[in-house]
Amino acid sequence: MSVTEAQQQSRLLRGVHRTLTGLHPALESVVAALVGLIAGAILMAAWGYSPWEAYSALLDGAFGGSYEWSMSLSWATPLILTALTFSICLRAGMFNIGAEGQMYVGALAAVGIAYFSLPTGLHQLVGLLFAAVAGAAWSLVPAALKMMRGVSEVISTIMFNWIAKWLALFFVIRILVDPVRAEKTVSIPVSGRLPVLVSGTSLSYGIFVSVAFALFIYFLLWHTTTGYELRAAGLNPAAARYGGIRNKRTMFLSFILGGVAAGLAGATIVMGMPPTYAIFGGMPQLLNMGFNGMAVAMVGRNHPIGIILSAIFFGGLNAGASWMQIKAGVPLEMVNVVMGAIVIAMSIPTLIRVFPMIAHASKNLLQTLRGTKKEESA
Amino acid sequence: MSFSDIISLLRISLHAMVPLALTALGEIVGETAGLFNIGLEGILLISAFAGALGAEAAGPYVGLLIGMVVGGGISLLFAIINTYWRGTQMVTGVGINLFAMGFVAFGLIQLGAPGFHIVPATVVVDGVEKAAQLAKFRTPWGMYSPIILLALILPFVIHWFLERTRAGLMLKAAGEMPEAADVAGININRIRILAAVFGGVLAGLAGAYMSIAWLGLVTKGLSAGRGFIALACVVFSGLNPMLALLAAFIFGFFQALAEWVKTMPSAKGIPYEFISMLPYIVTLLVVSGAIGRVRFPKYLGTPYKRE
Repeated sequence: MSVTEAQQQSRLLRGVHRTLTGLHPALESVVAALVGLIAGAILMAAWGYSPWEAYSALLDGAFGGSYEWSMSLSWATPLILTALTFSICLRAGMFNIGAEGQMYVGALAAVGIAYFSLPTGLHQLVGLLFAAVAGAAWSLVPAALKMMRGVSEVISTIMFNWIAKWLALFFVIRILVDPVRAEKTVSIPVSGRLPVLVSGTSLSYGIFVSVAFALFIYFLLWHTTTGYELRAAGLNPAAARYGGIRNKRTMFLSFILGGVAAGLAGATIVMGMPPTYAIFGGMPQLLNMGFNGMAVAMVGRNHPIGIILSAIFFGGLNAGASWMQIKAGVPLEMVNVVMGAIVIAMSIPTLIRVFPMIAHASKNLLQTLRGTKKEESA
Repeated sequence: MSFSDIISLLRISLHAMVPLALTALGEIVGETAGLFNIGLEGILLISAFAGALGAEAAGPYVGLLIGMVVGGGISLLFAIINTYWRGTQMVTGVGINLFAMGFVAFGLIQLGAPGFHIVPATVVVDGVEKAAQLAKFRTPWGMYSPIILLALILPFVIHWFLERTRAGLMLKAAGEMPEAADVAGININRIRILAAVFGGVLAGLAGAYMSIAWLGLVTKGLSAGRGFIALACVVFSGLNPMLALLAAFIFGFFQALAEWVKTMPSAKGIPYEFISMLPYIVTLLVVSGAIGRVRFPKYLGTPYKRE
């Protein structure tokens, strides 16, 4: 082998290595998803359901055709945004679990546009703006509490979620209530609705809002100084401070961006969800969208592009769940169980290595067993 | 406000204090050893559900025991992931919460009661009528659950354990200076797992207490943020068990106050929703007032890896 050949080969190997390490996070997400699905299958089998039947119904209901794809993407729309809330703050080194509450407040603000009329186009923009501002405002208090009093954002954002929930229930039942149909809020007029993209489904132009915001965050984080500062503060706050980065500023910025994302998520739900374009009494369309966004963010490895992919996966889980319930009789709550199991699996950094570890451990066990047998026979 | 009103308010406060106190005490032990579990909310929910099932099958004591076993089991998984497998504690905790929300909602449907399930006062086991809910002490000032007594004594026991025993010192070392502790021959991972399991057992007891010794029902939102309020108690206490008990009582009091105000005719003007916010607002205020003097173990939340 000549020198150049060897060089070429080593370059090739390095390339393969780079691709593999690049794929590594994606592979980990796939393994975690598999572990979650297996855990769900075990539970279903324990309760006497057929996991095979359930999962094939789920797959059918999620990606079986253009209607199913549209419904999955419609579920993915708010999930992309709430996932971004969590992941922007995590990039900046904070654990913001307040997407749920910020989303409620955003949805309320979006319903507010039903009270005035504007030309189509402008009306939607105003609705999105209202929701974004409301979501950001709701995230400011936990940010301020952290900055000024050192209150952990884990506690403050969760408390704010509960306060937002009661506040939203108050507004839905007492203030924004539809005078004709008391079980829901007033409906957003046609001029303020995000048009349906595929007729007969609930997929609306909201998906473009989500994807555009994800791309914006991607651009911001990796192609601007502000994004660089934000990530640096997340990786090593002390070093970032010595490097002249104002950590408090990046912290505030990440909270505001997160609030904007969560507020928009609320807006895409109420402004883009036919047929009523309103919030119902117990807020069934909104509940848990923020928490599920965290799962989406983790499986998407906190990367905007990864989040889009993982939101489609989780959107499919949610969209397929009702078909699973109809066809295989498995309650759709099973999907949340699977989601939780996936996140637990995601938290194991050595997940891929766990399988060889198990193989190794069982080999060791076998060896010890054989060893003891030898001693016994001797 | 009459004397009997005050007594009843105190009685509800004490009952509301118990799950917060037990969960917070368990978390104090876990955090002292270096593990931060935000999955407490999920543990409370699942063990409330499992405890209720156990109580209906074989009596309240079995129910409490099953709650403790389930809580300890989930914490064991949490602890193994975050010691030997060097996982990310926050992520595991979030996963536990998501899993619990789905699992309990699923389980309630399996019981034929979507949303909530009432634990009957008595059940018939093998033809014999047995109590399913834990009996309460009858006193001149109303009925009290015996677990209140445990919640009142336990902080002092845990304080003594952490400050005065060799094992307690080992626990602290695992959180403060794992390297030195390792050199001294302490198995860091094992200590952390034991501490977390103890915390899980207490959280499991707290969950089972809610369903079979206090409220007598399981709903899919039964925990209602108590796991996180318990974390707030821990933050407030700075890992001092007695202060955690005090915090739990304050939060329990405001929960009781909210429930109590709702029933008052003079409070008709205040919307129910605003009264329900009260405990969460107080939690925020208390925690933001308490922060600053608190110091946590140096290696809290960091997996230990031998060099």
